[in-house]
Amino acid sequence: MPNLNRIKAIAEKEVFHILRDSRTLTIIFIMPLLQLIIFGYAMNMEIRQVPLVVDDSALNSSSQALIDAFIHTDYFRLVPKDEGILNPGELFKERRAQATLSIPQGFGKDSFTVLLKIDASDPNSAQMIQNYANGIVNNRFAIAGAGITLQPLILYNPDLKSSFFFVPGLIALILVMICALLTSISISREKEMGTMEQILVSPVSATEILLGKVLPYIFLGLMDALLILGVGMLLFQVPFRGEFIVFLGFTFLYVLTSLCLGLLVSTVAKTQQGAMMMALGMTLLPTLLLSGYMFPISSMPVILQKITYIIPARYYLQIIRGIMLKGNSVRHLYQSGLSLLIMSVTMLIIASRRFKLRLS
Amino acid sequence: MIHTEHLIKDFGAFRAVDDINLDIGKGEIFGFLGANGAGKTTAIRMIIGLVLPTSGQIIVDGLDISKGSEKVKHKIGYMSQKFSLYPDLKAIENLEFYAGIYQIPFRQALKNIQPIIEQFGLQDILKNRTEDLPMGYKQRLSLVAALVHDPPLVFLDEPTSGVDPQARREFWQVINDLAYAGKSVIVSTHFMDEAEYCHRVIIMQDGREVALGNPAELKAAHSSATMQELFLKVLGEDNAKPE
Repeated sequence: MPNLNRIKAIAEKEVFHILRDSRTLTIIFIMPLLQLIIFGYAMNMEIRQVPLVVDDSALNSSSQALIDAFIHTDYFRLVPKDEGILNPGELFKERRAQATLSIPQGFGKDSFTVLLKIDASDPNSAQMIQNYANGIVNNRFAIAGAGITLQPLILYNPDLKSSFFFVPGLIALILVMICALLTSISISREKEMGTMEQILVSPVSATEILLGKVLPYIFLGLMDALLILGVGMLLFQVPFRGEFIVFLGFTFLYVLTSLCLGLLVSTVAKTQQGAMMMALGMTLLPTLLLSGYMFPISSMPVILQKITYIIPARYYLQIIRGIMLKGNSVRHLYQSGLSLLIMSVTMLIIASRRFKLRLS
Repeated sequence: MIHTEHLIKDFGAFRAVDDINLDIGKGEIFGFLGANGAGKTTAIRMIIGLVLPTSGQIIVDGLDISKGSEKVKHKIGYMSQKFSLYPDLKAIENLEFYAGIYQIPFRQALKNIQPIIEQFGLQDILKNRTEDLPMGYKQRLSLVAALVHDPPLVFLDEPTSGVDPQARREFWQVINDLAYAGKSVIVSTHFMDEAEYCHRVIIMQDGREVALGNPAELKAAHSSATMQELFLKVLGEDNAKPE
C-alpha cells in the first residue's frame, strides 16, 4: 500500500520546486496564454474583407442592389476596377483581388445570371468565398416557388463563429501539452541531477514517487484550465452554457490523464531534453490531427479512427464542447469521463511498473 | 552487519566488480580504496540495493538486499559521490524532505542530527538555499541528510573529494563518532592518508580485491611505511601476476 506520509513529503518538496523555478511557472502560466492568443487569432477559418473587383455592365438599380449586398457584409470589400476590359487572371496574379464579379448588360430585366471568378490557389478560402457569395445572392434574390425549399436552422453557434470551435479545442490541446510536459520534466530532472538516486535508496516505492509528483500538478493543471477558459471567454466571446462544477470535475479527469501520460514518458526518457521532445511529440500533433479538433473523426480512414480512441483529447473535446456550447450535464458526458478515468489509471499502473527503483 | 559472497557485476562485456567477499561488523569503519574506476562505487551501490549484482549474494543485517524490502532500506544511510541535494531548496527543507520520506517526525530527526549539525557548524546556514552554500558546506549537509533517520549502516561514497583538509579532518571526526556510537560506516576514498582512519580496508583494482585487512597489519605485511607505499606495492605486485 502506498504510504500517505511519504507521498506528502514528495508532494511538498515538489511545491517548493514549482514556486522557486521560474521556468516551471513560465511553462504553466505564460505559455498557455501565448498559445491561446497566437492559435486563437491565427487559426481563424473565417474569411473577412476579401478584395473584390466588380465589372458592372448593367448599371441599373438591380445591379447596384447586388453590389451593395456584397459590400455591406464584412466578407467582401470593393476594389476599384481599372479602365478597360476586366482581366481576373492578371488581378489574381498581382494579388489585388481574390474574386471578381461580372454583371452582364440587361441584368435585372431579362437575365439574372452573374459571373463570379475566384482565386482558388487557396482552395479552402475559395470554397468559403463561394459559399458566402451564394448565401448573399440567395438571401437577397431568392425566387420562391422553385419546388423544394431547405430551411436550415443552425444550433449552438448560429453565426458559425470559428472561435466557438477553437477555444474549447485549445483548452484541450494546451492542457494536455502542459501537463504532460510538467510531470515528465520533473521526474527526468531528478534523474539528470542525481537526486533520484538518493530517493531510490530510501524506502519510497515507485507508486509513491509518481503520486507525490502528480498531486501538486493536478492543482496547477486546473488553475491553468481556468486561466485559459477565462481568457478565452474574454478575448473571443465564447459562451459557457453548462455548469461550472461539471466543467471542473471532468477537467480534473483530463488533467489527471495528461499528467499520467507525462509520467509514462518519464519512465522512458533519461534527460529533460528527451522528456520534453517526447511529451510534445506525443501530445501536440496527435491532439491537433486525431482528436477531432481540426478534422472530423468520422471522415478519417477506419484505421485512424481506431487510433483516435487512445487520444485523451478525443474524449475531452466532446466534454468541453458539450459543456461550453451545448450546456451538457453529467448524464451526457459520463461515458467520455469514464474513458479518461480508465486511461489515467492504466497509464499510472504501467508507469509504476516500468519505473525502475534501481539504477541502469 | 554486511556479508557479501562472490559479488560480481558486469556492464556488458566489462566486469566492474569481480568476486568480492566481505564481512563488515557493527561499529566498524570500513574503507574501499582504489583508483577511479576500480569498482568502489559499483560495489557500494550493489550493497545498498541501487544496482542489482550480476551474481553473488548480499546480506544486510540478516536480510537479502536483492528482495528490495522496505525494512532494509530504513537501515541504510547513503551519501552519493555526486552532490545530490536539491539546490533550489533551503538546507533545512532538504533535511525535512529526507525525514519525510523516511517517515521520521522532523522534530525527532532534528534531535538525531543536532550534535552533528553543531559539530559541523551548520546551525547558521540552515535557512540558506543549498545552491548558495560553498562546496565544503554542501558536503557536510549531504552527510547530515544521510543521517536524519539514524541508520545503523552509513555508506559514504567519496565524501571528502573536493573538500579542504580542515573539513576532511572534521569529516573523519564525525565518522569516528558514528562508529563509536555503534554504527557501521563504509567509506570509499582515493586519499591514501584517510585509509589510516579505517579499521579495515579493501584495496580494489579492476573490480578485484588486491588486499584486505587492518591498515597497520597490511603495512607490516608488505613492509611499507605509509599507506601510499603499500598501495603502490600491492597494485604493482598484482600487475606483475600473470593473468
